[in-house]
Amino acid sequence: MSSQPKQEWPLWEIFIRSKQGLDHKHVGSLHAADAQMAIENARDVYTRRMEGISIWAVESKYIHASNPSDAESLYDPANDKAYRHPTFYTLPDEVKHM
Amino acid sequence: MHNKTLIDYTLHLADNALIIGHRNSEWCGHGPVLEQDIAISNIALDLIGQARNFYQYAATVSGNGATEDTLAYLRDAIDFKNILLVELPNGDWAQTILKQFFFSTYQYFLYQQLQNSKDAQLAAIAEKALKEVTYHVRWSSEWVIRLGDGTLESKNRMLRAIDEIWSYTGEMFLAASYELQGIREEYAVDLSEIQKNWVQKITSVCIEATLPLPADTWMQSGGKEGKHTEYLGFILADMQFLQRAYPDADW
Repeated sequence: MSSQPKQEWPLWEIFIRSKQGLDHKHVGSLHAADAQMAIENARDVYTRRMEGISIWAVESKYIHASNPSDAESLYDPANDKAYRHPTFYTLPDEVKHM
Repeated sequence: MHNKTLIDYTLHLADNALIIGHRNSEWCGHGPVLEQDIAISNIALDLIGQARNFYQYAATVSGNGATEDTLAYLRDAIDFKNILLVELPNGDWAQTILKQFFFSTYQYFLYQQLQNSKDAQLAAIAEKALKEVTYHVRWSSEWVIRLGDGTLESKNRMLRAIDEIWSYTGEMFLAASYELQGIREEYAVDLSEIQKNWVQKITSVCIEATLPLPADTWMQSGGKEGKHTEYLGFILADMQFLQRAYPDADW
């Protein structure tokens, strides 16, 4: 890039819905001055190859994340509790996306 | 002769799209930020795609061995029928944005009317391209507003851009001989009808951008009839070098 902006634009996380009925999925992040520019930038960066029909943009500072060092206490306890999986039911074929 | 006029008109539409598309492609790798580098390269590709559609049609009507490539790469500056506005140097981001805004708004109203052309092929190309152009207008007008109503620096750059470019806008609505003939045969767009819409749109965006537009002034012209600025020669040298040095090169 020819010149670096003096003050960096804030970072945004971009979520794209690939087709009707599916969830928005996180696809990456980008810089933009405001929400409107974030959506337009996302259109240009992430939907060039027909990837989506809807865009969400969330400023990255509003994403709160769990701490990787807590992983053992948060997730390992679920490891031996197979009875929590609803695998004892048969699903009808008509139910999609489960 | 009927065909010659239709070919000229189609080439005029193609040349406009190709030359501004080429100008935009010069930003590739040099955009002010990564996201806008991609945005303007996307627009470049859209425009070159439109040019291809028009060239392919012009080649079909011409016959005698013409192809989209011979029309783009083997004609000289005097045969190009693009308006002068699209061959102007990119300047800074403000000038590029303003040029694109003026031109995309023009294309928008032009293609809207061209959809009703008696020539089915021209109408179909216009219909397909209109969706892209709608986005180009949205993208460029957002930037005009952002920069015009932005910092002192960005506003000054926009004011300078208006000074540089304004006198090249009049040519858009000055009908060339092939346009007048095309209007009579109902396949070309009557420019006096779209001028009102263009002025209205430009004015409303510039008011929002707090940018004053110049009063009526002397306007440049000649590009539509092959009389170009010195810039076009340099563009063609860059763009046509490979095909001329290595005829029929392919990869």
